[in-house]
Amino acid sequence: MEQTTKKEGQYQSESLPCGQKSNFIWEDAPDEDKYSVCVHCGMCLDSCPTYQETGLEHQSPRGRVYLIKAVAEGRMNINESFKDPIFQCLDCRACETACPSGVQVGTLIEEARGQIHQADPPRGAKGAISKFFLRGIFPHTSRLHKLGRVTRFYQKSGAQHVIRKTGLFNILPSHLKEMEQVLPEVGMPVKASMPEVVEAEGEKRARVAMLTGCVMDIMFSEVNEATVRSLVTNGCEVVIPKKQECCGALQLHAGDRGTAKKLARHNIDVFLEAGVDKIIVNAAGCGATLKEYGELLKHDPEYREKAEVFSEKVEDVSKFLVDLGIRKPKGKVKIRVTYHDACHLAHAQGVRLEPRKLLGNIDGVELVDLPDSDRCCGSAGIYNITHPEMAGRLLDRKVADIPEEAEVVAMGNPGCMMQIALGIHRHQRKEQVLHTIQILDMAYQNERKQLEERLMQAASVREGSDTDEER
Amino acid sequence: MKKDNAVAGTDSLIRELIAIVGANSVLHKYEDLLAYDCDGYTIHKGLPRAVVFPADTEEVSKVVRFLHQNKVPFLPRGAGTGLSGGAIPTGGEVIISLVRMNKLLEVDFPNRKAVVQPGYINLKLSNSIAHKGYYYAPDPSSQQACTIGGNVAENAGGAHCLKYGVTTNHVLGLELVLPDGEIIEIGGVTDMPGYDLPGLLTGSEGTMGIVTKITVRILKLPQGKKTVLALFDDVEGASRTVSDIIAAGILPATLEMMDHTAIEGVEAGNYPVGYPQGLAAVLIVEVDGIEEGLDDQIKQIIGVCQKNGVREVKAAQSEAERALWWANRKTAFGAMGTISPDYLVQDGVIPRSRLPEVLGRIEQISQESGLRIANVFHAGDGNLHPLILFDSRKSGETEKASRVGSQVLKVCTDVGGSITGEHGVGIEKKEEMRYLFNDDELQAQIDIREVFNRDNLCNPDKLFPVAGRCVEIKRAN
Repeated sequence: MEQTTKKEGQYQSESLPCGQKSNFIWEDAPDEDKYSVCVHCGMCLDSCPTYQETGLEHQSPRGRVYLIKAVAEGRMNINESFKDPIFQCLDCRACETACPSGVQVGTLIEEARGQIHQADPPRGAKGAISKFFLRGIFPHTSRLHKLGRVTRFYQKSGAQHVIRKTGLFNILPSHLKEMEQVLPEVGMPVKASMPEVVEAEGEKRARVAMLTGCVMDIMFSEVNEATVRSLVTNGCEVVIPKKQECCGALQLHAGDRGTAKKLARHNIDVFLEAGVDKIIVNAAGCGATLKEYGELLKHDPEYREKAEVFSEKVEDVSKFLVDLGIRKPKGKVKIRVTYHDACHLAHAQGVRLEPRKLLGNIDGVELVDLPDSDRCCGSAGIYNITHPEMAGRLLDRKVADIPEEAEVVAMGNPGCMMQIALGIHRHQRKEQVLHTIQILDMAYQNERKQLEERLMQAASVREGSDTDEER
Repeated sequence: MKKDNAVAGTDSLIRELIAIVGANSVLHKYEDLLAYDCDGYTIHKGLPRAVVFPADTEEVSKVVRFLHQNKVPFLPRGAGTGLSGGAIPTGGEVIISLVRMNKLLEVDFPNRKAVVQPGYINLKLSNSIAHKGYYYAPDPSSQQACTIGGNVAENAGGAHCLKYGVTTNHVLGLELVLPDGEIIEIGGVTDMPGYDLPGLLTGSEGTMGIVTKITVRILKLPQGKKTVLALFDDVEGASRTVSDIIAAGILPATLEMMDHTAIEGVEAGNYPVGYPQGLAAVLIVEVDGIEEGLDDQIKQIIGVCQKNGVREVKAAQSEAERALWWANRKTAFGAMGTISPDYLVQDGVIPRSRLPEVLGRIEQISQESGLRIANVFHAGDGNLHPLILFDSRKSGETEKASRVGSQVLKVCTDVGGSITGEHGVGIEKKEEMRYLFNDDELQAQIDIREVFNRDNLCNPDKLFPVAGRCVEIKRAN
């Protein structure tokens, strides 16, 4: 850590052709080869949720890239007018889908945040909170699990009921208060409850490792359980490396590249050691980050190549299963589902068709279209905590788009699940929020139930005939 | 933090603007203005004094009236995707951004018209009336981002304008705020007697006032659509094909062409088609209309291609395939970012029959200057878009690109063409107006502008050659 900080702090003075100096003076400055690809055509403008909401050029992808260029060319300082647009960005990557020339806006934003983080480290209450969570909690599995246990205790012991009743939560900002109300019931993290290697069912088709994720494994451990079960049912031997840590996405989004790199190096070692064909992720945000470890560590001679090898193996669970050839469940799930494209699945990983194919393969599931399904719901990592106002506006639009006939809103990212559940609660709607893989798992569970029922029936019939014989 | 703009008198100006539209609708700090120093044309840059975001026509009128009274120049801006610099300040103008006036006000299906605010995005109109089987025909390549207000200012075209005409053919009426703040309405009725004022305003590049409401024609979606892709080993064959298709009496909805450098760009971009190596040119031909008869037209077009030595020609087999061809073509300008850090796009128009000759001369200019030129164009109506590739970081290269652009336009006018088909004159092609008009003709146009814009406060220094080398100086004397 000590060493990393020092390296991060190295001063790099880059002379520009015009004689001005870049105001990005730290390592990992936004890459000129990346921003010079932007020709200012503006095709990205209306794909950007913050531009749609504000109409402001500097709150658009083109404007943000332009400001990054202005700082790099010494025409602008790193100050509030730079920080605000760079942090108002949801990092949703919708602009990358729209961009004709493939400008990597997301990476540029993350690099710019890295510069801001070092030029002006987060201070005050916000800084303390972000430091507490991003450096103190998320990177440490044991602390995270403890927090999970506390939350579980809080929910189960009746404390939640008491605190809600007494209005103790009124001291919190309203959006956090609301979030507490939609907090899912915290279960047992898979990393603790399951063995390190779970055997494949039937013929082994692949050996995969699973990223359990930090938020996913605490808040949505049932999603992780469903993922393991679905993989196993499809002939996968699943390795759950116990030493894995948080993927670093939240730190990277916040500009804390030092911590993100440390986590990346650790995970690369742990997962490569597992000797697997693929590394499976069920959280879109984590998947996108893991796929970009190569980019994150491109200046690290020791890890650069390993990171590329690692990133190549990373796959979202829905894409992995569809590519592998999913075993069609014999169980039925009779629900009307609308599918929300998590930004980091659709825009960052290009995974759009596979989750829909996966759902379409389940008997009883009826898919209904969600208009603008790939527009950000406002969750965006911890954006809904740091920018509640903008996040709220986007959430309202998302909920308004959910078709009335839908009973379930499915998606592939825990952040979106929390956010959309919050929106449904806020607008007093009734839809259930599920991870795509949970619906597949339900189908397999129903298959099992049907099988058991048939066995029971058969047994009782046999029992009946046995008694007959005895007579 | 930097102190707010220190231009004398700016503080009270900002205060007044805030009083009219509110503090959340005025930008005035240096850093907040930076992103407004250019539009889709990046060669010229200029900071505005402020940017205001009026919410309705009344606010536009109040802002304009105040600026007019105080002799402060101003200009309208839509999405800022324009390619001739029409929305770039040249002397500290106040930018009046219309992006927050972005509503679809009315759709009248029986009378086939729609009323939109100027900040409404082009593609949204077609998307929101498609369920009833209608669409809005002008389709500039930037239609996913550009505004209809901007389209009116520039008289924007698009791939399908070969058959359906450019923006002016689809504007029925306008509400506009004159440069002194007065609100007027023009047109609105088909075949309005008297002068065609909407026709005059459309393409006036913001020099006659600020459009605040637009009534446009909407069309019934064609029953059928067929698209052909033709790959050529030589530009001449492709060019001849273009002329021969029209000569055969077919009027395709689009007749688009890209040359080898353009193909290199789009294939490196976000929507590659997977074109084979070594192509000299690609043609995209689309016919639409009543389903019966389309296949015959396609057969005829394929025949013409084969006669002209096409390497490969095929009709789209699915909507997805067709959509990919178009995504590839429509993102061509932006995709140049993959092969060059900067580009300057020209917009010359030539008689179709002169295509091979003009392309040859453009190639010659490219070789002489050492700058690569990619050609993407609406071949059917002879509207060329040579994209001059350069690197603004290399000293002198920006100026060289401008000079090359000018040379290309000279070639176009020499063969009897024009300097702009759909991007407007803006800042970029002011001087080249002289290729087409003599002093008297320019003065006649300036006289017309002055009927609307007496004090030349509304988007000054655009469209006509600059004072000093221009007729305006003669007038001042």
